[in-house]
Amino acid sequence: MSSVAKGVKSIEAVNDFVIKFANVNGTGSASANNLFAKSIFRMGIPMSPKNIFPSNIQGLPTWYEVRVSEKGYLGRRGGTDFMVSVNPQSMAKDVKEVSPGGYFLYDNTKPLDLRLHRDDINFIGIPLMQICMDEYKDARQRQLFKNMIYVGALAALLDIEFDVLTGLIADQFKGKEKLIAPNVHALELGFQYAKANFECPCSITVKRCDNVGDRILLDGNTACGLGAVYAGATVAGWYPITPSTSVIEGFEKYCKRMRIDPASGQKNYAIVQAEDELAAIGMVIGASWNGARAFTATSGPGVSLMSEFLGLAYFAEIPTVLIDVQRAGPSTGMPTRTQQSDIVAAAYASHGDTKHVLLFPSTPKDCFDMTAQAFDLAERLQTPVIMLTDLDLGMNDNLSEPLSWDDAREYDRGKVFNAEELEAMSERFGRYLDVDGDGIPYRTYPGTHPTKGSFFTRGTSRDEYAVYTEDGSEYVKNMERLLHKWETAKSYVPAPEIISVEGGKKVGLIHFGTSKDATLEAVDKLAEQGITADSCRIKAFPFNHEVEDFIAEHDTVFVIEQNRDAQMRQLLVNECEINPKSLVKILHYDGMPITADTIAQRVKDVVQHDNVTPIKRAQ
Amino acid sequence: MSFFKPAFRHPELPTNELGFTKKNYEGSISTLCAGCGHDSISAAIVQSIFELSIPPHNIAKMSGIGCSSKTPTYFLGNSHGFNSVHGRMPSVATGANMANREMIYVGVSGDGDTASIGMGQFTHAVRRNLNMMYVVENNGCYGLTKGQDSATADVGSISKKGEPNPFEAIDLASVALQLGATFVARSFSGDKNQLIPLIKAAISHRGFALIDVISPCVTFNNNPGSTKNYEHVRDHLAATGTVDFVPMREEITADYGAGTAQEVTLHDGSVVHLQKADADLNVNDRRSALKLIKDYKAQDKILTGLLYMDADSQDCHETIGTSKKALRTLGESELCPGEKALQAINESLR
Repeated sequence: MSSVAKGVKSIEAVNDFVIKFANVNGTGSASANNLFAKSIFRMGIPMSPKNIFPSNIQGLPTWYEVRVSEKGYLGRRGGTDFMVSVNPQSMAKDVKEVSPGGYFLYDNTKPLDLRLHRDDINFIGIPLMQICMDEYKDARQRQLFKNMIYVGALAALLDIEFDVLTGLIADQFKGKEKLIAPNVHALELGFQYAKANFECPCSITVKRCDNVGDRILLDGNTACGLGAVYAGATVAGWYPITPSTSVIEGFEKYCKRMRIDPASGQKNYAIVQAEDELAAIGMVIGASWNGARAFTATSGPGVSLMSEFLGLAYFAEIPTVLIDVQRAGPSTGMPTRTQQSDIVAAAYASHGDTKHVLLFPSTPKDCFDMTAQAFDLAERLQTPVIMLTDLDLGMNDNLSEPLSWDDAREYDRGKVFNAEELEAMSERFGRYLDVDGDGIPYRTYPGTHPTKGSFFTRGTSRDEYAVYTEDGSEYVKNMERLLHKWETAKSYVPAPEIISVEGGKKVGLIHFGTSKDATLEAVDKLAEQGITADSCRIKAFPFNHEVEDFIAEHDTVFVIEQNRDAQMRQLLVNECEINPKSLVKILHYDGMPITADTIAQRVKDVVQHDNVTPIKRAQ
Repeated sequence: MSFFKPAFRHPELPTNELGFTKKNYEGSISTLCAGCGHDSISAAIVQSIFELSIPPHNIAKMSGIGCSSKTPTYFLGNSHGFNSVHGRMPSVATGANMANREMIYVGVSGDGDTASIGMGQFTHAVRRNLNMMYVVENNGCYGLTKGQDSATADVGSISKKGEPNPFEAIDLASVALQLGATFVARSFSGDKNQLIPLIKAAISHRGFALIDVISPCVTFNNNPGSTKNYEHVRDHLAATGTVDFVPMREEITADYGAGTAQEVTLHDGSVVHLQKADADLNVNDRRSALKLIKDYKAQDKILTGLLYMDADSQDCHETIGTSKKALRTLGESELCPGEKALQAINESLR
């Protein structure tokens, strides 16, 4: 039942490996796999789990990959050291994927197909189905507990603290205590079987450390939803689309807990599931126009559908918060795989001359903070703000700094005249007058004053007093003011995060969003190989001058992104008027998150002749 | 289009209960064709809201794109208005309404804006029972692009080009009834006496109130052979009866007579009184309304007047349980759970 690698030495690793679970979608494996990942987290070891799932509800193969890294590298590493194979459909592929010296745990209730055998990896056969058949009568129980049994076996093989697992089960079933004992029993069945039949622990193990600190484990979408609660969003219009759906679900979950009026039991929020994405963004625009903080969440195809409205919101100057959880496109693409490929579409969404403020979060804490910031920016600038996150950040649990909120913080509702101000006003109210010289006009909410401050909002051109006109000079004046407002936006959007290495300045790595972890790991890898690199994480569009300065200060600048057409590079070239030759592309777009190796290899290929002494990255 | 509008108004113009004159409810000069039915509808809206004594700023005007959707500029100049994108007014109105349930939403749309490009959004606003008046200024053709048939043009109706429309018409009143609309009426832009009480009732109704107003296009669809020209419409009208709207503050003084009368009391105590022309009509019975529309259509008649209303309907806010207070008036203290709650959330994620 167990055969040990003969050709190659077993991989020896403590707190530094990749384990992958091959499951069948819809069999309850997700909660068992989460339990496994969280036990590592509770042992103080940084780890990053990633779901690799099909566009399917039940039956197709699904994988769950966990990178364990005591050093705290959270990007995808690539390669698999330990495979837990519970899906006969994908077994042939899964066996091939294991690195030499690695482990392949499988269900040997039926003997392994000899054609799958490899001499260079360790096979661990556990009769998962047989144990379940012997132990449980009910078919559903047999299926669900099978997952717990392999987690129990892993506890023995990898040396996971059993108490941590039982503690997690107790947390999970709080209020349903009778489920605790059977789950713990299933864990024990696997644990005991592994102890009795294999050398435990194996050569890959975990060991308690204290490198997690006060960090939390949270998915980016829920963090966005929670950010919207804290930002005071009251209206959400949305249409379900993978991978964005859990943004609104997260918003609703926390609204139900924290936004019910205690006296009346009524909701201090309204969530409307729209008939399509066009209606979803229309609702957001209507609500924002009427003075509420409103938002929607979607993915690439939804952004396409929302484009007409985004142009209206830009031109009519209506705050609009949109969260785009990107997936692999184009069209319906790979709806359950990640990418950063909506950048150009979002930046210039719509007809006519339009450009939109973009935000690029990298962590769940960013998702929370930037969602809250998006409302302030949208209202301050009276324009759409699109936050570009992606499936990897949005739908996977990510290790994140804890969330925080300054209770003294006040929402920036932007330039809005109230009834008293209108009453005191002797001059005529001009909705599109640039009173302060920053390109941002004043607005009024409907219903503010019986005879002052009303105006007609339209997409067609109008003068500074919102009166319809087709006069070309008025149109140009307005478009110039919008451009001036765009310049003003540069001082409001978040500045990039620049990490400079002493003696650097030759190689600069520009990255954004979920390429952050892989980029920073690549910086370390390159340093080990004698290449020092500075990094610049872009957090927003329009680009602040710091981004332009970073490009100017480095001899070779790489732009790291997860799409085919180097879309961020296009924006940089276009908006900062940069010679395209000065920006080297590093692209990755197969639907899986980018790895540090991909980045480091490409940088090395380009600058390999440079002789630079290794210097440690400054923190 | 008329170019002259007198700035001077008689100092003793009648005022409503709020002290506003009708002028406070008027808008800019219309830029539609002279004689356009839409302008009569704008005038009826002004008259109705003036008489209902609603503060002008308590109304939000919503529209899409088209001749009809331009009209909110021509009435209620002291109200905010939103001329959005083609066929999408219902979603913008939905968002606006969610933000502030205390205002009154007057939506104006056309047959292209509603029955074609906006059919999806229209039907969903109906099924959500969004609290708004939705007026369709229905002329069976696309005016701004010079006279193409719309989806409400009758089969065989002859366009200005002389070609009969080959496709079946969409009857918006029937569609709305089937989707569960809680107030459905049809009228004719040339019949102010019928239109004004219907507008008043629609505004007072809690929920989605559709008024499908046949409003002939004088320029592109007033030719012989069109079933939506003035002459044809006048000749083929059949009213459900005489409608009267009595605001909640007023006593019913008229003697409506017995037998064919029906009274509906609205949630605010206002009363809609219908003196029925057809004894078969029961305005509380959706099926009766649908049947009558079909029966009259079979006789080549356009049934106008109040067709159906459910005075006890729940609007969208009541259905989803939102706060009685307008959401947009809530501040940080009501909306932001604060740092302490966030720390508890952090703790639950470890």
